[in-house]
Amino acid sequence: MSTHAETGHHGPAKGISRWILTTNHKDIGTMYLVFSLLMLFIGGTMAFVIRAELFQPGLQLVMPEFFNQMTTMHGLIMVFGAVMPAFVGLANWQVPLMIGSPDMALPRLNNLSFWILPFAFSMLLATLLMPGGAPDFGWTFYAPLSTTYAPPSVTFFIFAIHMMGISSILGAINIIVTIFNMRAPGMKMMDLPLFVWTWLITAFLLIAVMPVLAAVVTMMLMDVHFGTSFFNAAGGGDPVLFQHVFWFFAHPEVYIMVLPAFGIVSQIVPTFARKPLFGYHSMVYATASIAILSFIVWAHHMFTVGMPIVGELFFMYSTMLIAVPTGVKVFNWVSTMFRGSMTFETPMLFSIAFIVLFTIGGLSGLMLAIAPADFQYHDTYFVVAHFHYVLVPGAVFGIIAGVYYWLPKWCGNMYDEKLGQWHFWLSFIGVNLTFFPMHFVGLAGMPRRIPDYALQFADFNMLTSLGAFLFGTTQLLFVYILIKTVRSGKPAPQLPWDGAKGLEWSVPTPAPYHTFATPPVFGDK
Amino acid sequence: MKRWLTPTRPSGLLVIVVLMFGFGFMLVPLYDVFCEITGLNGKTGGPYEAQAETMPTASERQVTIQFVANRNDNLPWLFAPEQEEIQLAVGERKQTTFSVSNSYDRPVVARAIPSVSPARAADYLNKIECFCFQKQPLQAGEAKQFPLVFFIDPDLPEDITKLTLSYTLFDISNTD
Amino acid sequence: MCRLLHLFSIALVLTPAPLVALEFNMPAGVTDTSQSVFNLHMTIFYICLVIGLIVFTVMLWSIFHHRKSRGAKAAQFHGSVLVEVIWTLIPLIILVAMAIPATTTLTDMYDTTESDLDIQITGHQWKWHYKYIGEDVDFFSILATSREEIENRKKKNPNYLLEVDNALVVPTNKKIRFLFTSNDVIHSWWVPDLAVKKDAIPGFINESWTRINDPGLYRGQCAELCGKHHAFMPIEVKAVPEAEYLAWLEEQKASQLAAAGAAAKDWSMDELITAGASVYEKNCAVCHQADGSGVPPAFPPLNGSPVVQGDKTGHMQVVINGRQEKGMPAFGAQLSAVDIAAVITYERNSWDNKTGDMVTPAEVQSLMDSQ
Repeated sequence: MSTHAETGHHGPAKGISRWILTTNHKDIGTMYLVFSLLMLFIGGTMAFVIRAELFQPGLQLVMPEFFNQMTTMHGLIMVFGAVMPAFVGLANWQVPLMIGSPDMALPRLNNLSFWILPFAFSMLLATLLMPGGAPDFGWTFYAPLSTTYAPPSVTFFIFAIHMMGISSILGAINIIVTIFNMRAPGMKMMDLPLFVWTWLITAFLLIAVMPVLAAVVTMMLMDVHFGTSFFNAAGGGDPVLFQHVFWFFAHPEVYIMVLPAFGIVSQIVPTFARKPLFGYHSMVYATASIAILSFIVWAHHMFTVGMPIVGELFFMYSTMLIAVPTGVKVFNWVSTMFRGSMTFETPMLFSIAFIVLFTIGGLSGLMLAIAPADFQYHDTYFVVAHFHYVLVPGAVFGIIAGVYYWLPKWCGNMYDEKLGQWHFWLSFIGVNLTFFPMHFVGLAGMPRRIPDYALQFADFNMLTSLGAFLFGTTQLLFVYILIKTVRSGKPAPQLPWDGAKGLEWSVPTPAPYHTFATPPVFGDK
Repeated sequence: MKRWLTPTRPSGLLVIVVLMFGFGFMLVPLYDVFCEITGLNGKTGGPYEAQAETMPTASERQVTIQFVANRNDNLPWLFAPEQEEIQLAVGERKQTTFSVSNSYDRPVVARAIPSVSPARAADYLNKIECFCFQKQPLQAGEAKQFPLVFFIDPDLPEDITKLTLSYTLFDISNTD
Repeated sequence: MCRLLHLFSIALVLTPAPLVALEFNMPAGVTDTSQSVFNLHMTIFYICLVIGLIVFTVMLWSIFHHRKSRGAKAAQFHGSVLVEVIWTLIPLIILVAMAIPATTTLTDMYDTTESDLDIQITGHQWKWHYKYIGEDVDFFSILATSREEIENRKKKNPNYLLEVDNALVVPTNKKIRFLFTSNDVIHSWWVPDLAVKKDAIPGFINESWTRINDPGLYRGQCAELCGKHHAFMPIEVKAVPEAEYLAWLEEQKASQLAAAGAAAKDWSMDELITAGASVYEKNCAVCHQADGSGVPPAFPPLNGSPVVQGDKTGHMQVVINGRQEKGMPAFGAQLSAVDIAAVITYERNSWDNKTGDMVTPAEVQSLMDSQ
């Protein structure tokens, strides 16, 4: 970002050492976002391979064992390499600006948190070239497929997960300490923008559950290399224990992957409706409720494992309950739109699509919560449809909306609105063409994680693959838009969006390398 | 609360991180404790501690117990129950055997892991003498008969008239 | 537009049988449980549909009417405790209403008592094993779709990937209790028409039950990632009237006895090689490949292999006892003496292997007996 104006003492360093050594939240935010975009394309390429093989019945392109590596790595890369780092990148850029702080509380820790990631992912991606191939046991890596029957690369997989986990934990600590200790004078907790609130809550979730992930992969490591039997029945252990510990982490993890998107949409919709967010307090409490409830629903991923009925009923009820605060949030967004004065620039388009399509994903989640029905949905494409709806037109659309929204402030130039609209509509069509048919094939009986399928699933699979090719290719347009904006976009005004409110808009456009060297006076937002 | 311990400072947050890492490991014994207390997951726990005075006497109620013998990971040995199904009264003490034979040309160590279905019956199956969980060394070509002495607690829920005890035999020679 | 689409899909799922062939929806199935599950599914679906309809209609209306380009002026209201309470309580009430039939159905699905028949189902990589408890009948059930179809060299038949060599035969109108376990990794046995899905976990047994109302052939698949051939271990359940089932059972017992006798019969080399080819395709090709080239170093090639071309006894021992440490099962525990003799003879005389050797079932039987 060499177009940044320099204020006062020093501007950015020159050359590559700027990026390696930077402790500036804007630089680090940029690095996280660029990294996550790269990971999106790598994970997306794997999705291409998957959808190319699934284009027609029969095995055409890859061996089943390689296909399993693709599905596994696609999940790992997207979850840990694309979605999570993108949200951290947005947090890095926006949280200090939104609370009037000059930087994050722990800038050097911030640098370390980022730089762990390229190393972790190089190791993970390198497993594709190792003898025995990459991890092939699904991103959920159930034992004993991932322990006794795993390829040698499982050890590197475990180390990569440890590294990513450390990065997330350190990042989360940084965010919490920043929000609690570095707000502008006069800014109370209930003055915090929703994006900051959702990230605060997300950070606590991260602190609570990433260590549990570290524990479960450590237990795996011990089973594989040190002769323990945590998950091995032969030694008195239990494969189902793995699932409990894993999902205790992984369910809050999926909320970690969506709460910041809730925050982004809660910033964008009021701006483009020119109307305050409806029910600010309610939104904060709803987010907190979702986070707390997320700790007691984990075994809804395990309804077919042979749990006693008391357990099944408990997890069914708690999972149904979590729909309530989520619904409250959707109603609040719609009420924000209602009787506003709306315009539909690209960030708003992505945000509205988020509300609609995330709701569809949430409703299929409610169907999945019904345990007896789940016996027919579990491990089918119905589940794949559900989580891709909440993650792709959910989390990813939220990230894209945030980027379009804040990009003018970051780099000083407006993106091309016409191209942005193209990106939106092609993505919207692509995403629905890809994932909607999955509901049908899942209900009709197609299991997950298979490289080949029975003939009655063929038509919808072809449609899905076409949608995937469209959606994936469209993201190249996004890259083009970003580059074009940075290099030759029209200069943006101080306030690019007339309905926008918040401290981040009070700094010059583009935001100077150092902002809020003196704390702002926090009065009227 | 000590100033450094609050969850608004790095030190306090690190404490939470460490505690949650420990919690992950604690889930292991917690899981077993939970299973034992509730008898869930079909885990039967250790052998029954029998005291003469507290041994129940046989009653009228008849139950069927099935025995299933599995060999993990395609172990080629013989492992079979002497009887697949036994009818007995609750409280009645019964004995049966399982045959194991090591068809390899080298000695092995085996371990049998039990599992009961329905899971809620697990707590009521009391094994007085059982070969489960113990290391069982077998010489090359050696065959053995393992005894199982058990009774079913009369408190077995009324609606259960049949239960199944499964043993899975594992080759644990390599883990010694 | 949204509304039309929703009405259309309601119409679709309400129309009778032929539409299921279009494969939009879950089957209602052939058991009382599967019907309950289907009804629960449709009820929840309709509730979700209505909720979605309401929310999206309001949004759509708002998008058209509350736009700046139409001159809409933004109101400034930004909260209402009453409204928040209402739209928290109403969904809560709807959820409680949904939970009641769900609880009833689940409780029923968990009641495995008073079964007429018990079958143990063991998941293997990559096939199912069925054992009728209390009867001396057990067998493997392996994918029957040919490699040519999978590799696109032959047109795929209508039951592509959903057909097996030996179906699980069960009587209609009898309560059947299933016991599930696994030989290696976690598998999951699923037949949509019965609404039975249960994980098969190594070292543990799970149970489920069914009572099938209508005779027929019901197909399912493994529903838990279990390695490279997860997609290739389907399930067939053949439900027949009780009399037919009992007759089949007797036939099975008789043929298992006969198989023992078949070992003593005289077999010609050609007969063995022909039989061996199909045994090879079902049991060996998955690792050693159809052309015998294997996947070294994990799965050694059989074409040109010193074991296959060497001493007959050594070859028999490898097939009968397996190679535990390399993950090769002991096929002596899975295949009959005839099948083993056939596949060994096939391997010794196929591809570039031209030993001219024949291994008879009697030779295999006597080696197995001596161990």
